[in-house]
Amino acid sequence: MTNEIGRVLLTQDDIRRAMTRISHEILEQNRASTDLVLVGLQTRGVHLARRLAEIIERIEGFAPVVGTLDPRLWRDDPDVASAQPLLPSDIPTSVDGKPVVLVDDVLYTGRTIRAAMEALLDFGRASRIQLAVLVDRGHRELPIRPDFIGKNIPTARGERVQVRMTEIDGDDAVVLGRES
Amino acid sequence: MTNPTTVATTGAKSEEETAQLAPKENAALPPRQHLLDLDDLSVAEITDLLDSAEGMLEIAGRDNRKTPALRGKTIITMFFENSTRTRVSFEQAGKILGADVINVTASASSVSKGESLLNTVKTLQAMQIDALVVRHPHSGAPYFISNHTDASVVNAGDGTHAHPTQSLLDLFTVRSHVGELAGKKIAIVGDVLYSRVARSNIIAFQKMGAEVTVSCPNTLIPDEWQLGSTLGEETGFGGLKLARNVDEAVDSADVVMALRIQQERQEAGHLPSLREYSERWGINSQRMALANDDALLMHPGPMNEGVEISSEVAHGAQSVVEEQVRNGVAVRMAVLYTLCAPGKSSRLADSDEAQS
Repeated sequence: MTNEIGRVLLTQDDIRRAMTRISHEILEQNRASTDLVLVGLQTRGVHLARRLAEIIERIEGFAPVVGTLDPRLWRDDPDVASAQPLLPSDIPTSVDGKPVVLVDDVLYTGRTIRAAMEALLDFGRASRIQLAVLVDRGHRELPIRPDFIGKNIPTARGERVQVRMTEIDGDDAVVLGRES
Repeated sequence: MTNPTTVATTGAKSEEETAQLAPKENAALPPRQHLLDLDDLSVAEITDLLDSAEGMLEIAGRDNRKTPALRGKTIITMFFENSTRTRVSFEQAGKILGADVINVTASASSVSKGESLLNTVKTLQAMQIDALVVRHPHSGAPYFISNHTDASVVNAGDGTHAHPTQSLLDLFTVRSHVGELAGKKIAIVGDVLYSRVARSNIIAFQKMGAEVTVSCPNTLIPDEWQLGSTLGEETGFGGLKLARNVDEAVDSADVVMALRIQQERQEAGHLPSLREYSERWGINSQRMALANDDALLMHPGPMNEGVEISSEVAHGAQSVVEEQVRNGVAVRMAVLYTLCAPGKSSRLADSDEAQS
C-alpha cells in the first residue's frame, strides 16, 4: 500500500456502467428469480454486492438478499491466510435451492473463489453458484471462470490492481500500480 | 532459564504507543509464535485478536461449524491443574478450526511417573506438534516450555502469573456490550495477590484505556501497596486504584468482576472466614445497585456461589457469566488461528492481494 498512484483503468462512471450491465446480466441469467442471493466477499465484494442489489431493485422492483462471506478459514494459500482479522460471514437467509451469485472486486488466481465456494456449501445447497467480479486480471491457478465481468484487464504478475470504493476509500476507481 | 516475570514487563509501553500512533493497516506486526502473557502484546495486536474473534463467534454458533483452517495441525492441551472450561474451550476451538486436539492431563500421563517437564515437552516435540496449550501451577512454566519447543505455546494459566486468554475473552465480552473500552470503569473484587486472572485483567483493561479499581482484603494485595491509594507508574500498574472497601470500588462501575476466592487462602491465614469474606467483599444485589444501571457482572468461573458472588446476581439479568464461556471458544479460536495458521511466517498486510 505504499506504491504511488498508478494508471486509472476504470473511472467512477465506468464502474457505475459496469455494475448496471452486470445487474441486467444477472437478472437475465437468473430469469429475475426473486430467490436470488448475492454474497459479497469481504470486504470490497460486500459493498459491490450491496450496490448490485440496489440497482436490481431499481430495475426489477425487488431487492435480492445480500450476504457477506469471509472465506479466510477455507483458503489454501499460506501467504495471505492470516494477514488480517477475520471478518463476519452472515447470510441472512437459507441458500438451499436458491441461485447464489458470489461477488468480489478482483479475480486473480481463483483461490479465494475456491475457498468461498467451499465456505458457502456450509450454509446450504444452493441451486447454482455464479461469480460476478468487477475486474478479471487473469493468471488463474484453478479452473474457475467468472459468469459476470466488469472488465477484463490483462496484467503482469508484478502489477497490482487496486479497487477503490467510496464506502471504504472515499472515491471510486480501479487503479493499476506496481507491487510495492 | 530466563526469569519469567522479568521477561515481558518492560519495553511494552513504547511498542504499545507506536502501535497506537500508526494507522492500523500499516502496523506491520511481526508474526507471533507464542501467547504467554498480555503485557507484551500491543493494543493493535489485542484489537486484531478481538476483531478476529467476532468472525469466529459467528462460525462457532453455526449448526455446521467445522472449518479446514488448521487441518493437519496437531494441538496438545497439557493441563497440570484441574480445569473444565478452559481445557474444553481450547479443545473445542481447535476442533472447530479442523486441528487434531490431544488432551494430556498430568495425572494420566508419564508426569505421574516422575517425568520432568522438560522431558515431557521433548517427547511431545518429537511427535511434531504445532501448538501446546499449557496450564501449570508454577508461574513461568509456559515460558520455560517455549524455550524448548518449536511449537506455539499458549499459556492457559500459570501459577499466580497470567491467564491471557481469559483476559482476552473478558475484553471481548465487555467490548461486545459497551463498544469502546477506553474510559470504562472496571471493578475487580477478589484475591489480587494470588489471582492470575486479576493480574492479567488489570493489565488488559488498563492497556485498552479502561479505569481499573480493585477491592480485596488487605492481606491479599502485595505488601507495598496501600488500600485507598492509586498506584504510580513504577509499579507497572500505573493508575490502578485500590479501593478502601468494596462499595467504593463498585460505585458507578460499568463492569463488576468477582474473582473466585480459593479455600487455600483461608487455610493460609489470609482470610478470617469465608463467611466474613462474603459479607465484606461478596457481590450481591445491594452492591450491584451501586454500579451503573446497565453494569455487567462477570466471573471467570468456577463460582463459589454464596461466597464471592450471591446466587441471585450470579444468575441475574446483569450476569454475563455464561456469555463469557461462550465467547471463550471464539477468542481461543482467534488465538490458535493467529498462532498456527499456515501463513503466519509471511504475514502480509496487503488486503488487496488477499482478495485475489
